[in-house]
Amino acid sequence: MSLSRRKTSFGIVAGAAAFAIALTGCSSSDSGGGSSAEPSDDGMMSDEPVTLTLATFNQFGYASSSEGGGDYQYDLIAEYQELHPNVTIVYNVADTSNTARENFFTKLGPGGLADIEAIEVDWLPEALQYSDLLADLTDPALADRWLQWKSDAATDKDGRLVGYGTDIGPEAICYNVDAIEAAGMDASPDAMAAAIDGDWANYFALGKEYSDATGKGFYEENAAMLQAMIGQLEAPYEDPATDEIIALSNPEVRDIYDTLTQASADGVSAGLGQWSDDWAAGMANGDFAAMPCPSWMLGVINGNAPEGNWDIANAFPNGGGNWGGSYLTVPDAGANVEAAKELAAWLTAPEQQAKAFANVGAFPSQPEASNSDAVKSATNAFFNDAPTGEIFTERAAAVTVAPYKGPHYFQVSDAMVNALRRVDEGTMNAADSWAQFEADVNAIG
Amino acid sequence: MTITEPKAPGRDDAPGPRTTAPPTWRQRVGRWDVKYSPYVYIAPFFLVFAVVGMFPIIYTAVISLQDWDLVRNTGTYIGFENFTFVLQDREFWLSLRNTFSIFLLSSVPQIIVATFIAAMLDKNIRAKTFWRMGVLLPYVVAPVAVALIFSNMFGDRYGLINSLLNDIGLSSIAWHVDVIPSHVAIATMVNFRWTGYNALILLAAMQAIPRDLYEAAAIDGASNFRRFISVTVPQIRPTMIFVIITSTIGGLQIFDEPRMYDTTGQGGSNNQWETITLYLYNTGWGNFDFGRAAAVAWVLFLIIIAIGMLNFAVTRRLIAGDTAPKVKKVKK
Repeated sequence: MSLSRRKTSFGIVAGAAAFAIALTGCSSSDSGGGSSAEPSDDGMMSDEPVTLTLATFNQFGYASSSEGGGDYQYDLIAEYQELHPNVTIVYNVADTSNTARENFFTKLGPGGLADIEAIEVDWLPEALQYSDLLADLTDPALADRWLQWKSDAATDKDGRLVGYGTDIGPEAICYNVDAIEAAGMDASPDAMAAAIDGDWANYFALGKEYSDATGKGFYEENAAMLQAMIGQLEAPYEDPATDEIIALSNPEVRDIYDTLTQASADGVSAGLGQWSDDWAAGMANGDFAAMPCPSWMLGVINGNAPEGNWDIANAFPNGGGNWGGSYLTVPDAGANVEAAKELAAWLTAPEQQAKAFANVGAFPSQPEASNSDAVKSATNAFFNDAPTGEIFTERAAAVTVAPYKGPHYFQVSDAMVNALRRVDEGTMNAADSWAQFEADVNAIG
Repeated sequence: MTITEPKAPGRDDAPGPRTTAPPTWRQRVGRWDVKYSPYVYIAPFFLVFAVVGMFPIIYTAVISLQDWDLVRNTGTYIGFENFTFVLQDREFWLSLRNTFSIFLLSSVPQIIVATFIAAMLDKNIRAKTFWRMGVLLPYVVAPVAVALIFSNMFGDRYGLINSLLNDIGLSSIAWHVDVIPSHVAIATMVNFRWTGYNALILLAAMQAIPRDLYEAAAIDGASNFRRFISVTVPQIRPTMIFVIITSTIGGLQIFDEPRMYDTTGQGGSNNQWETITLYLYNTGWGNFDFGRAAAVAWVLFLIIIAIGMLNFAVTRRLIAGDTAPKVKKVKK
């Protein structure tokens, strides 16, 4: 036999090893995170040359050259280097938030992160578990810079602020004008805002009216509504004091589940999984009429339904809601913590965030920026010249609650999304799917 | 060929007097060279493997016995708790089911079709290089790009395939909801990528078959098909085993395609197409439980070894058939 047993099992070993590498390969790198520069921390405003690394993902609106070469009005990186001739900024942008997340947590312990690392609100709860590895950014001078709930969410249990807020995603309702009119409803933004304004029961009643008239779903899928509804609860899945999972015993969660599965049975949910190809096509084809719409969603709708006739209602069921947003953090192991703090503070200052908004539409988390004329006067041609700046400034002000997200938040949330999708898809009925959700939640930990 | 058998034992029975003289230094070095050089030459590979292969495997085993914190690089020893959890987890068994289902749906048709394509390419066709490069083309395309193209085809509502089905009056297939259709869709992506690659390997083996075997068979009156079954298949046996084993290993580790199959990348709302590697990834990066993920990695490792052995034994017997003794002699 030419192909001996030795060779065979060797291939097997090598194949499996590839996985083991994926798990452990990066964990044993150098421990001194900042081996690159000399200890120059003590000179607060020193003029010594310093190289700062900045790592973000997607588009933060800082510099076009590193963020895919879009048409930006301002280059904030160049601006800072002009103001501080001794500072050189190396700006790296990861393609997705997920790539950045893996990199962040792989290197947070052993070191090797950039001087400033951007994190997304989706993995902020995980990052807060390791807040002792991040520099304390608390600065009394900046205490009022951000919306209260924005900075509260990035403050750990010891009261240390570990992230400077960049953008937020205040939610309005975007709707397909043609679809609403087809149902015989008044599709002017004011009429829609008046119809939406109210509690969730009102919103679902509106949806049912639409679905009964057209035979189509009113909104995309239940998971999208879940995000909006859970986002208005103080402590949906976990007890803030103990981090114990309360999702199964919390009547509010069960209420939301029952409301949504009932809506699904009524045909109000179109059952198009968010971000899927069908979802994008459904947006263009009028398969659903309305969707929760954070400021950053405008570009998504425009991109998916370029021929569509969409508008924005300046209203959101049951008050306000936020979806998404990011922070800048400074890993404590970095070599230039003080200089990095200074840059992070500058980048998240209202003036700069207003420019980032002009660059990529990242809605500022700083009231001073969102109230500035530059932001407030913004309009969006695709949405029938809707005064988007004004709308989202108002929507941001309407947000009063940021739900408590502990270490298990996203596992529970994923299980809940799957539970709702099983019902939307018809693979399980509501009762069975809840039972499966219970089993999934009990397996966490 | 039969002469080779007695040759080996008789070799050192050289005439007596020669052995009494002690070997010179040069002779000794020469003998060492013959004896040990091969090991020295292959050593670098094994040294590298020890670092990037063996070490992670052992380290993963260590982690799998702990409640591991990736960030702080520390853990507390908890014995086999991670393994107990994994083996009792419904998701694990579902993912095992999915893995085997997708593996069978991909590897079996893949090898059959690859053999057929290779046999066709082995014929005297025009523009040989063009066709041969052509079958390799899908392999060059990045799996992520393949997944993007196929996700367009396998859309539940607006997918290309469902539109065609609707046009001819059939109802849509719920590619992302039902278990078997989702497996078929993923297996299609895998097959698209690997069939041509395997065909080229098999083609290389076919081209090494002495042409006079075919001539002799033709003179004996064997049909085209008979020649394929009785000459080609036995002759490419070692390569066939290689292809089957590599595609088994690859099949049990399918990751890119199911991960890219929908936008959440978690294998479906009811774990319809979550493979075991995806389960591993979700456990590690999704739930941040790297101890459990390491346990999954080890379970997968053991499964692959077991399947590999089984595979080897079965394929050897299956393909061996009646021509086995002949091949053995040639090999020697």
